[in-house]
Amino acid sequence: MTATVERPEHDAPSGGKVPLVELKNIGKSYGNITALKDISLRVHAGEVTGILGDNGAGKSTLIKIIAGYHPQTEGDLLVDGESTNFSSPKDALAKGIATVYQNLAVVPLMPVWRNFFLGQEIRKKMFPFPLDSNAMRATTLTELAKMGIELPDVDVPIGSLSGGQKQCVAIARAVFFGARVLILDEPTAALGVKQSGVVLKYITAAKEAGFGVVFITHNPHHAHMVGDHFVLLNRGGQKLDCTYDEIDLEHLTQEMAGGDELEALSHELRGAKGA
Amino acid sequence: MSTKVDLSERKVVHDERVKERNRVQRLLIRPEMGALIGAVAIFIFFFIVAPPFRTPEALATVLYGSSTIGIMACAVALLMIGGEFDLSAGVAVTTGSLGASMLAYNLHLNLWLGAALALVLSLSIGFFNGYLVMRTKIPSFLITLGTLLMLTGANIAVTKLISGTVATPSVNDMAGWDSAKAVFASNVPVFGVQVRITVLWWLLFTIVATYVLFKTRVGNWIFAVGGDEESARAVGVPVTKVKVGLFMLVGFAAWFSGMHLLFSFNTVQSGQGLSNEFIYIIAAVIGGCLLTGGYGTAIGAAIGAFIFGMVQQGIVYAGWEPDWFKFFMGVMLLFAVIANNAFRNYAAKR
Repeated sequence: MTATVERPEHDAPSGGKVPLVELKNIGKSYGNITALKDISLRVHAGEVTGILGDNGAGKSTLIKIIAGYHPQTEGDLLVDGESTNFSSPKDALAKGIATVYQNLAVVPLMPVWRNFFLGQEIRKKMFPFPLDSNAMRATTLTELAKMGIELPDVDVPIGSLSGGQKQCVAIARAVFFGARVLILDEPTAALGVKQSGVVLKYITAAKEAGFGVVFITHNPHHAHMVGDHFVLLNRGGQKLDCTYDEIDLEHLTQEMAGGDELEALSHELRGAKGA
Repeated sequence: MSTKVDLSERKVVHDERVKERNRVQRLLIRPEMGALIGAVAIFIFFFIVAPPFRTPEALATVLYGSSTIGIMACAVALLMIGGEFDLSAGVAVTTGSLGASMLAYNLHLNLWLGAALALVLSLSIGFFNGYLVMRTKIPSFLITLGTLLMLTGANIAVTKLISGTVATPSVNDMAGWDSAKAVFASNVPVFGVQVRITVLWWLLFTIVATYVLFKTRVGNWIFAVGGDEESARAVGVPVTKVKVGLFMLVGFAAWFSGMHLLFSFNTVQSGQGLSNEFIYIIAAVIGGCLLTGGYGTAIGAAIGAFIFGMVQQGIVYAGWEPDWFKFFMGVMLLFAVIANNAFRNYAAKR
């Protein structure tokens, strides 16, 4: 391929010794409101860190700190063991931290390959620098195939793909453009069982390929299937920090749901039905 | 663990419901397909009912009418693909020609210099529209409606103020007239038929616009900002620059059309141009542009303009009451929108 694409240079993933990203006692307050307090977590290469939490637990605030949208007000953010301050998402991206948001940042009516390269188009080197459509089509096909997605035709509008496929294209795009750490914001939230399966497989594939994955979800089942390490947020605080071996699904679900609270709720509901 | 699925097996299963679309479907999915079929049908219709329509000279006249709409429709289509409207496009044409004429006449400038100043004026109007839309986030429909009213009023008021009448004085004895007329309003013999030069400009603009849309990075960005502005911004597309640029492109096209007006009619009526903006938008829509943005082609807009030209002249050649023109266009618009919709739905079925 004669065309080139700008992508940031990185060293190879460090084999899991030094975490790719580490948060130490991170806190964030907006004026007198504390959104996050004392959060510590590590993202290793080749591992999935599941961040669980109910609505309003502080998940979005946490992502935004790691993604460089706004800085923390307390604590340290370490990338490759070095204390770092991001001033914009671009900084985070340059360090290989890419975020795939819920809306996926795709343009539904545009073909898959145009979406894949949107904003980072490959151009031929001769004047008037036209797009190298064939290189982009081929790259899109191979990059998607690498992660186990086979589309018969990358010329279809991305809006015609299923939710899971769209999610996978968005992740593949982040990977191709130099991400080492993938932050996935609720990737399975709007998906059915099968589609969620597609995305979970993809997350596992990314993990096996050596990426550090931050998987934000409120679904403990999904987190437990692919996670190596779980962090549970509750009302801005960190409620749990443990590895896959230390917790089973049942406990994770219970912790997530607020344990006793859920039991009390189910009791209440049953009582109401009986009455 | 009972819930743990076997993830090591990552075989891709092809969905048997997904079949490759065949060639016919691929062709039909093109946004301008409905318009093309309509254009052929209308051509055949007038070919049968209006004998004078069959001559090459009539075709040249039809093409001329189409080109004056098509040059604007091309820019307007790009703007619509980029997700915005410009209702001021019709009167902006008049503003361009008034500006060039009055600046050159009253300041005793070479007409080319007057034209250059008018170009600055037209591009500024485009910039003003685009900047306000992007800055205020108010829909372009409203912003350019404001510009439309302002320009309509200013065109007449300023002309009256400067020349004392509603038309500009004659400029055909001024320096630069001949060369400017050659560029903007001359005739070119093509296969023995005199064709207006705007036809060639129209074709050139359409080809360039098509190339830009599909083969360049900027074209990719135009589709992206029209299709989903937030997503485009998130992946690093300079949304504001693209949109302001599109408004300025409409400004350029308005200037160009204005120059044609000036150099073919010598004097400019300050009240004209109003309601032409709808003709440009309708041509783009007939050609397959979506009102919601992110979809359409420049070729489609050209076909839409050609349909306009054919109906306009065809009614005259057939000897009908010219008032039927608007009725006919309304029918065409409805038909085209419904047909385009049907084609898209059919093509989207896989």
